[in-house]
Amino acid sequence: MKKMGNHNSISRKIVFSLALMLTFSFTSFSQETPPAAAADPAAASAAPAAATGGDPVAGKALFNANCAACHNLDKKMTGPALRGVSAKYDKEWIYKWVNNSSALIKSGDAKAIKIFEEFNKSVMTAFPQLSTTDIDNIIAYTDEKKAEPAAAVAALPGKGADADQGGISNDVILGALALVMLMLVVMLFFVNNVLTKVAKSNNIEVPAKQGVSLWQAFAKNQFLVLVASIFLLLSSGYFVYGWMMQVGVDQDYAPIQPIHYSHRIHAGSNGIDCKYCHSAARVSKNAGIPSLNVCMNCHKNIAEVADTTATPEYSKAFYDGEIQKLYDAVGWDKATQKYTGKTKPVKWVRIHNLPDFAYFNHSQHVTVAGIECQKCHGPVQEYEIQKQFAPLTMGWCIKCHRETDVKMEGNAYYTKIHEELSKKYGVDKLTAAQMGGLECGKCHY
Amino acid sequence: MSSNKKYWKSVEELNENSSIVETLRNNEFSEPIPTDEFLSDKESLSSSSTTRRDFLKYVGFSTAAATLAACEGPVHKSIPYVLQPEQIIPGVADYFATSMFDGFDFANLLVKSREGRPIKIENNTIAGAKFTANARVHASVLSLYDNTRLKVTKVDQKDATWAAADMKIKASLADAKAKGGQVVLLTNTLASPSTEKLIADFIAQNPNAKHVVYDAVSESAALDAFEAVYGERALVDYDFSKANTIVSVGADFLGDWQGGGYDSGYAQGRIPQKGKMSKHYQFEANMTLSGAAADKRVPMKVADQKLALVKIYSIITGSAVSVGKLANEDVVVKAAQQLKAAGAKGLLVSGIQDKNAQLLVLAINQALASEAFSTVGTRQIRKGSDAKVTQLLADINAGSVHTLIMSGVNPVYTLANGKAFAQGLKKVKLSVAFSLKEDETASVTNIAVPAPHYLESWNDLMLTKGTYSIVQPTIRPLFSSKQFQEGLLSWTGNAASYYDYIKANSGAYLNGLTWNKAVHDGVVAGVASAASAGSADFSAAASALAQSKPLANFELVLYTKTGMGDGQQANNPWLQEFPDPITRVSWDNYLTVSKADAEKLGLKNEIVANGGLDGSYATVKVGATSITVPVIVQPGQAVGTIGLALGYGKTAALKEEMQVGVNAYALYNNFDNVQSASVDKADGTHEFACVQSQKTLMGRGDIIKETTLTVFTAKFDEPEVWNPTPMVSLDHKEVAATSVDLWESFDRSVGHHFNLSIDLNACTGCGACVIACHAENNVPVVGKSEVRRSRDMHWLRIDRYYSSEETFEGDNKKKEEFDGLFGEKGSLGGFGQMENPSDNPQVVFQPVMCQHCNHAPCETVCPVAATSHGRQGQNQMAYNRCVGTRYCANNCPYKVRRFNWFLYSKNNEFDFHMNDDLGRMVVNPDVNVRSRGVMEKCSMCIQKTQLTILTAKREGREVAVDEFQTACSSACTTGAMVFGDVNNKESKVAKLAEDKRMYHLLESVGTKPNVFYHVKVRNT
Repeated sequence: MKKMGNHNSISRKIVFSLALMLTFSFTSFSQETPPAAAADPAAASAAPAAATGGDPVAGKALFNANCAACHNLDKKMTGPALRGVSAKYDKEWIYKWVNNSSALIKSGDAKAIKIFEEFNKSVMTAFPQLSTTDIDNIIAYTDEKKAEPAAAVAALPGKGADADQGGISNDVILGALALVMLMLVVMLFFVNNVLTKVAKSNNIEVPAKQGVSLWQAFAKNQFLVLVASIFLLLSSGYFVYGWMMQVGVDQDYAPIQPIHYSHRIHAGSNGIDCKYCHSAARVSKNAGIPSLNVCMNCHKNIAEVADTTATPEYSKAFYDGEIQKLYDAVGWDKATQKYTGKTKPVKWVRIHNLPDFAYFNHSQHVTVAGIECQKCHGPVQEYEIQKQFAPLTMGWCIKCHRETDVKMEGNAYYTKIHEELSKKYGVDKLTAAQMGGLECGKCHY
Repeated sequence: MSSNKKYWKSVEELNENSSIVETLRNNEFSEPIPTDEFLSDKESLSSSSTTRRDFLKYVGFSTAAATLAACEGPVHKSIPYVLQPEQIIPGVADYFATSMFDGFDFANLLVKSREGRPIKIENNTIAGAKFTANARVHASVLSLYDNTRLKVTKVDQKDATWAAADMKIKASLADAKAKGGQVVLLTNTLASPSTEKLIADFIAQNPNAKHVVYDAVSESAALDAFEAVYGERALVDYDFSKANTIVSVGADFLGDWQGGGYDSGYAQGRIPQKGKMSKHYQFEANMTLSGAAADKRVPMKVADQKLALVKIYSIITGSAVSVGKLANEDVVVKAAQQLKAAGAKGLLVSGIQDKNAQLLVLAINQALASEAFSTVGTRQIRKGSDAKVTQLLADINAGSVHTLIMSGVNPVYTLANGKAFAQGLKKVKLSVAFSLKEDETASVTNIAVPAPHYLESWNDLMLTKGTYSIVQPTIRPLFSSKQFQEGLLSWTGNAASYYDYIKANSGAYLNGLTWNKAVHDGVVAGVASAASAGSADFSAAASALAQSKPLANFELVLYTKTGMGDGQQANNPWLQEFPDPITRVSWDNYLTVSKADAEKLGLKNEIVANGGLDGSYATVKVGATSITVPVIVQPGQAVGTIGLALGYGKTAALKEEMQVGVNAYALYNNFDNVQSASVDKADGTHEFACVQSQKTLMGRGDIIKETTLTVFTAKFDEPEVWNPTPMVSLDHKEVAATSVDLWESFDRSVGHHFNLSIDLNACTGCGACVIACHAENNVPVVGKSEVRRSRDMHWLRIDRYYSSEETFEGDNKKKEEFDGLFGEKGSLGGFGQMENPSDNPQVVFQPVMCQHCNHAPCETVCPVAATSHGRQGQNQMAYNRCVGTRYCANNCPYKVRRFNWFLYSKNNEFDFHMNDDLGRMVVNPDVNVRSRGVMEKCSMCIQKTQLTILTAKREGREVAVDEFQTACSSACTTGAMVFGDVNNKESKVAKLAEDKRMYHLLESVGTKPNVFYHVKVRNT
């Protein structure tokens, strides 16, 4: 499909230059000036709760490291919401609870038993390593007032402007060039006019043009007509062929999914390994769409996105709504933190549709060859909406098989065959093609 | 000069005065067009919602829309599990060990399962697993997905719930208890310790109950004899591998005799090693697989077989029993003497359904002290008693049975007097049938309960005494089925599930293993003690048997076909399309008649213009029952005998296409497989679907090379004597065909190079490979009429050849001695004679699949390069590239390429398993389902070899020796098919490729195949 690629790019260039010639797009030159630096969101909530005497910054780090798996500041999760916890319980009690909650429950403490009962009798991990100072710091963090959402909103335009400031775009340069061209044409016209006037005033006769127009001349010249029609036929054939070859090639196919799942957030921002969710890719021909219980490994505790996750396009409320869709599908009741048993499998729209007659095995490429997922699936970690990156045509497969050296080091399977084949071809590195990766039967059976 | 010819458009014009001509001259149409009338009807015009312009708009829009829609690919949904089971990884197959026993077939199995669907049956190769799958067991996975299965409980033929049915049964049992009515449990042989314990529990609670075991195809005589001698109702589990001299009197032990499963032991002794192989005599009426494999086969009436048995008995034991005149006495005596000489290495088996005959079998083997005969670990797979079933029938008809509960049996179909049984059921207060299908019996009982398939249920089995096998489910029940055992638990008031019951009961059999380990292995090998030595009055039995008189009429010998067995899986299209190994006829049962009898009766077989085989009909009359069946003239059929297969002619719960053949059970009087019958020619001809019209080998020794053990041993170091390389002429000089080549050879020493070895000595023609190939490669079923047109799609066929003379050797000799065109040795008449198989021919089986030629003729003629050669030796076929010119099939010397004349999936014209959602669940997702207009053929299971390579790569190791397998080689338990990498010198196949018996099929063509055969050696 190498050819096809050129095809498209050539036709795209032609179309683009045509559009440029015909329409003078007066691109706006005015760049939005970035607004004054937004207020630091932290500033809004900078008032430390002096009363506790702890350090909320150190507390935040400790909280994220030790508590965040089960606790949120404002929301019930596996454990209770912790904001303002110092108001509900006295400090000594909290120390005891954190250091060894089950001992406290056993001792018959009424408050402790009440919490234990309320949260489905799940025992909280004991943290004997946390000193009272540590706990004080955490309490200081939990006593901070909730950040005003206004601050977050204020922060947003700043970010947007940053994104737009990507240097002077090509359109601007082209626009300027077009303007210069136009000016030249206008100037030529004026100069011509002036010269004619001058000639007239000097009584010089300007000879009239010949009667035959260009078109008529062309029509009369049969040879030219023949050449032109051959050229037209060939070029239209070229374009028709190009169009035909893209039928069934669904590059950039990005269907709307039942749940707006963002790879950008998961693989990009959070850096989750692809194979954590698509674990079958290691051993199976299918990469496997993760079952919902895999989602719940994390989303049991992550019921909403962080404020910073939201983008101008997709608000926090939108993302939270999508997580709720997951809960509905898997049958998870957020309020009681329990599975209801009512499940509703998610009907994802399949993006990469390899035809039935082509056999592809993920484990061969992922585990054996050690190829990055991104090589075929594109910069997935940047995709808000997942799309088909590669054309998935046979030419595309073959090209890679021709160019890619097989990773043989440390794999006892290849030892013998590498020795024999490298001697045969007189090379040190072997491509997949040299290993027989171009044979029809390797993928079609 | 212009012509004055007058042209006329119709005869009417010739008539000067015609009014029509006048009218036509002025108007285009002879009648006025009612335009005005139409247009003047303003009302209908204005009220019409569609104007002409609208109409055109619609046409334009729909055309454009259809065009646009065609450019869009379909949207595929992908639905993951909500909660993925830990063991299941989509795209990776799981294997579960299980066992099966359906009252007829039994095996220890591994079931391949993809995404929770069992898709293929494999043999369990763990130590202790004794029984391997035959063709029917391989096909049983498709019977799981049979859409005609009984899906819900029926009470009085109406849909109901199990709870309602259970309540009714319980009430009836209570009623029977109160009134002292008889309760009968009628089942097939169970061979399940837990089920038998449950039945004992049930009988303890219902003292008025009894358990009757009924085998559709009875082995009662052998059971009675064994019971009389050893006091245990069981069958001997012979070890054929320990026998050097085997004499079989009417026992098709390579078929279904006493359950079958003897082929792998038998084949061990058949591969000539150091000049030794077993000697096998076969005396039989029908031509069977055992007869085909025998070194010396004697066609013999069953009455004569009885006398022969007595003769052998008298020679071996030296007891004087007078035997009347005996046919083929010389062979019988010779066999008996060899048997006696073999002593402990000898073995005699018999399939005569006569207690006296079976007593003599025990006596002879005792006298020989045969090593192959042992009372340790007896077979438990047949327990039925003819006497008890007969008694039950009498009871039912007398109205003395109150409640009858049946499981795994279909007596209305399988009893000779099935109609009487159906009538008798009306006198039973409550009749219940646990059945896979709403068959002949289940459709007339009060309650029909859908039984689960063995792949859906838990059970335990004791196939032979001492070995404990576990049946575990590999899929959730597809329908709301109830197991018979669950019913028993309910009726005995036991709240436990059957799984718990088996587990609790398993302690005694696990032999120290944990339950989980036993389930994982599928089988627990235990130790069984021998039955105490017993004896009976053998000489009385011999004298009684010596008195047996020949039947007045034809001897009708009923048998079970390799493909159909007792007929339980009649709705299985794989089995219906499976060609019988002997007759090569699919989709039918038929009367096998000897050539002499056929000529006498005027019965004929002929090949008609379209290549199909036609046969006469004959009416067979046994007692008062007569049926009309088509006839196959069977070489080797004993004169005076006729054969007919059981298991056909079913109609209940069967797709229309599968309702083929006639029900031979109707003639199975007194559970005796030999009946006195009269035969008459009937009108009409029957169209058979026979896949092989070439019957004899015609002395073409380059297709099948055969030699005798004597020659083989004497000239072992001169293989060119018995395994000659074909010679061709090069520059007018005779040179070996292997030395001439059109093509340059590639270097094939690097990487893997796959070869398949087929030993003609070990192949018994059982057909397990054919069905395994069907299942593995999604080979479509095409139906009877297409098979008749030679459009069958089998990737692997087992060719069967007869000899025209008594032996193949004789054929070769005759051919060589042809001299001139005419006369006694003239080739003109001689070739015609050679087309006819002899009355008692030698038979040979040859499995043929794509030979994966290194210099393949098919590859060079493909105009689109759809078929090409892989470096690993496989001839590859890219279906998506094929345009269907069929050049390749025409250029293939082996005729192994099959063409998809139609679309065989999702096509109502081919209403087999690929036409319904349930049946398609058996499809192997790693192999394409081919479309119409595409050529296909054996791929040497490239999906399997590729997977083996990938697994090794993933684990970072070399491929283990003999790790490569194809579907056929792993299904072959006789060792006839061995697959592997010849570049790995350690592998079995590499050694076999160096064997002196090795030859290639049609070597003279110079195709250099990657499949090779081994010369057949017969110990004559």
